[in-house]
Amino acid sequence: MKLLKDQPILELSDLSVSYQHGDLLLEAVRDINMKINLGETYGLAGESGSGKTTLVLAVMRYLGSRAKITKGNILLGDHDLRSLNDQQLRRVWQSEIALVPQDPLSSLNPSMKIGDQLAEVLQLQSNISRHMASQLSKEWLNKVQIPDPERVASSYPHQISGGMQQRVLIAMALSSSPSLLVLDEPTTNLDVTTQAVILDLIGELIRDLEMAILYVTHNLGVIAQYCDRVGVMYAGELVEEAGTADIFLKPLHPYTIGLLESIPRLGDTKDHLQLKPIEGQIPALGQVPSGCNFRTRCPIVVDICHERPQLSPAGGSRFSRCHRWQEIDLGEVNAHRETPPIPSKQNDITVEDTYTLQIKNLSVSFPIQRSLRDVVQNKAGRSLQAVNDVNFEISPGSTLGLVGESGSGKTTIARAIMGLQGISAGSIKLNQVHLPDRLSRRDLATLRQLQIVFQNPAEALNPHFTIGESLSRPLIRLLGMSRQEAKIKIETLLSDVHLPADYTNRYPQELSGGEIQRIALGRAIASNPDLLILDEPISALDVSVQAAILNLVGELQNDHQNSILFVSHNLAVVGYLADHTAVIYMGYILELSGRGELFNPPHHPYTEALISAIPEVKVPRERKTIYLQGELPDFSELTDGCPFHSRCPRYLGDICIKKIPTWQVDPGTGKSILCHIPLEELSASQISSTNVDTSEY
Amino acid sequence: MRQLFRNPVSATGTVITLIFLLIAIISPLIAPYGANEIIPTDARQPPSADHWFGTDNLGRDVFSRVLLGAREILVLAGLGTLLAVIIGTLFGLLAGYQSGWFDEITMRVFDSLLALPALLLALLLLGTVGNSRYSILIVIVVLYIPIVARVVRSVVLAVRQQGYVEAAQLIGEPRTRILLREILPSVLPTLSVESALRFSYAIFLVASLGFLGVGVQPPSPNWGLMVKEARAYSNLIPWALFFPALAISVVVVGVNLMADGIKRITSADQDE
Repeated sequence: MKLLKDQPILELSDLSVSYQHGDLLLEAVRDINMKINLGETYGLAGESGSGKTTLVLAVMRYLGSRAKITKGNILLGDHDLRSLNDQQLRRVWQSEIALVPQDPLSSLNPSMKIGDQLAEVLQLQSNISRHMASQLSKEWLNKVQIPDPERVASSYPHQISGGMQQRVLIAMALSSSPSLLVLDEPTTNLDVTTQAVILDLIGELIRDLEMAILYVTHNLGVIAQYCDRVGVMYAGELVEEAGTADIFLKPLHPYTIGLLESIPRLGDTKDHLQLKPIEGQIPALGQVPSGCNFRTRCPIVVDICHERPQLSPAGGSRFSRCHRWQEIDLGEVNAHRETPPIPSKQNDITVEDTYTLQIKNLSVSFPIQRSLRDVVQNKAGRSLQAVNDVNFEISPGSTLGLVGESGSGKTTIARAIMGLQGISAGSIKLNQVHLPDRLSRRDLATLRQLQIVFQNPAEALNPHFTIGESLSRPLIRLLGMSRQEAKIKIETLLSDVHLPADYTNRYPQELSGGEIQRIALGRAIASNPDLLILDEPISALDVSVQAAILNLVGELQNDHQNSILFVSHNLAVVGYLADHTAVIYMGYILELSGRGELFNPPHHPYTEALISAIPEVKVPRERKTIYLQGELPDFSELTDGCPFHSRCPRYLGDICIKKIPTWQVDPGTGKSILCHIPLEELSASQISSTNVDTSEY
Repeated sequence: MRQLFRNPVSATGTVITLIFLLIAIISPLIAPYGANEIIPTDARQPPSADHWFGTDNLGRDVFSRVLLGAREILVLAGLGTLLAVIIGTLFGLLAGYQSGWFDEITMRVFDSLLALPALLLALLLLGTVGNSRYSILIVIVVLYIPIVARVVRSVVLAVRQQGYVEAAQLIGEPRTRILLREILPSVLPTLSVESALRFSYAIFLVASLGFLGVGVQPPSPNWGLMVKEARAYSNLIPWALFFPALAISVVVVGVNLMADGIKRITSADQDE
């Protein structure tokens, strides 16, 4: 296919897709019109349930048997995809469209070596010999910057890291030099530092290729950094489309505005800004309101919204599906949600040495099963040091954020405090009292002081209990209430977490993820614990409901003055909510920072890289990304030196391998940093990442 | 139950199972002859209007014996399965939740039981506990406890990792409550499928033991025993062999189809 610049490669007109559900036909995607030109990266943004995945599958003509394209056309170059038969379609898949999926591991055959899988794809594309294909596959592994192509080629998928797996899939996708590359949340399952490297790699690889890119993601930051044009999907419709700069500087649809305002940015803190959540939740299939699909959640809804708005041109290449876009544009109506700030009851008088939680030299290790040979040779059992000599405190009523990437040991620490995980050394004190490390040795009074909210709403509540039963248990067990007393208290709890009282008779299956997390919060605060642990409480939720949960956490803390340990991988969220932050890597805390100082230098080199890797929801980008080289080391590779030495961009030399750094305290910010480099030196070369530019809209 | 009838295959299985259960209950009322009633003049008669399934070499009505045999075989198999499921579930719950030495010991003991061929173990047990109907019951229970316990344990291992179980631990719920209220409901779907399957195997086992001549004594109308007795004359009076054998296979297939149906329903429930 010979193509000219700016010629549309993908053109969708009035595309609608429905799912067969029993006798009903439920419309998941409605009247999509979209064009992607050669050389363009089109970002498709939307939360789960917005229909973006259905749309992508429809574009690829890869819908399941229950889904049907009911209307519209899909033009890919000069192919009319809807009219192709299976054989023609296969040819298009082979050479014209390529997909990089979200979950790389399930897309690779677990019983085939990487090299063979890649060679198979290459052989299918051009008639080459096995030997040639295997040669070529190594070249491709090289192209996607896999450090040791020989070794990776002869590995099975589960033996390489997620980042590496994704590189392999990128190689597969690009090897056919497709005219349309579909990236479906390609970095969502990866850590931010890996995400930055992978996105950079994709950008580099496609720079000289003639193709169009459809980038599907819920992460607005990624879109802001990597896409030329953005389409925002909500409940099956495209509600706004515009150039990236336009949409982030001046969104013209209330949903886009809401989305942008509901996420905290780097440097936002709860002390100076309250998040503005979007009310309600995304309507389920078949429950999309008539007229404007956003009207039930829209802050500026008026009568006309009962009529369905068209995706109308709003100047230039902009489109908005809102009746009132002109008013928004002129500033006549304020679609920014007004939320009264919570009056802060924060008392800053903290008495020295009285801590709610005090952790000293905490270590957790997991024993590694001894192999038969080890037993025969009488070798000592080895263990994996998941948490290493960790120290921190939390003062009454304050929040400590524990931030780190996957595998850093942050959840292990939370579980150790809860008594769900044994410890190998150190002590945990709650209100100056030493906590037994086994859960079974803790009495009810101790349990009452310590509660947790887990990450996954799907398993947070027993599916066989009503909400009321779930909420009543801590009241009855820990506070000794009677059933009647508990019943009354449940109503207060439900209203505390902003849910209607009639939820007590519902089952978890009838609730959305956000609502379940509210109930889980309610259950955790039922006994009014002194320490509340929140283990990634919002990371399984949609962006638009995350803000509401964060606000709720702040509000509850204000009312009850609990101390909170907030565990998260999301730096912006931790920075927003936490008074103090601990950055953890490979089981070591590398940096402790005081209130509001997380984004001010000096930074530990790891924190610096972590901050730089977060895609900012801001155009143009201000920071320069620091790419961490190499992979997360194996725990067994840790030396006596700094745990970060193998990937540190500021690596000094032997001293980093051989000697563990000592804590340095920065007098200006009060930060403690575990690094050999003098803090003045770090400060001098690092810039503040605090979000000072508030004039974005 | 209604869902079972929605699928024609599982509906067939369920209907077969229900018919046999009904027969087991009312067979003394509907059987034209007694189980051991000998009609010397009618010995070795082929199936006819008078004797639907014919008569055996002693002149007993095969149709009546098949009907009356249903009760013994279903009661033994059913009771055995029920006991095995209850005891096996308790072991499975405790072993799965407790882990540690209790789990190790129970599971290794069960493993060694499972390692022996079922019939061999059955014969061995019958040799030690004596040759009676109760011994058959004990055989079923001992044979199936380890299997049920294993299945239950595997579900418990997955469920106890769930956030809600940990949350219950964190508010100090007693162990029995966690096991019975928090975990058991999640085990029930799998358990019901397993029970139905065990039931069909138990029917087969009772028949097999009867065929081997252990546990039940002639002239009991045990289907397996009937097959054994008729085997010697199979070329002369094949119907005396055929109908009890048919009864065994029909009821086993029926229960199996029903078990498949239950499995489909429970897994569909879990998908939603």
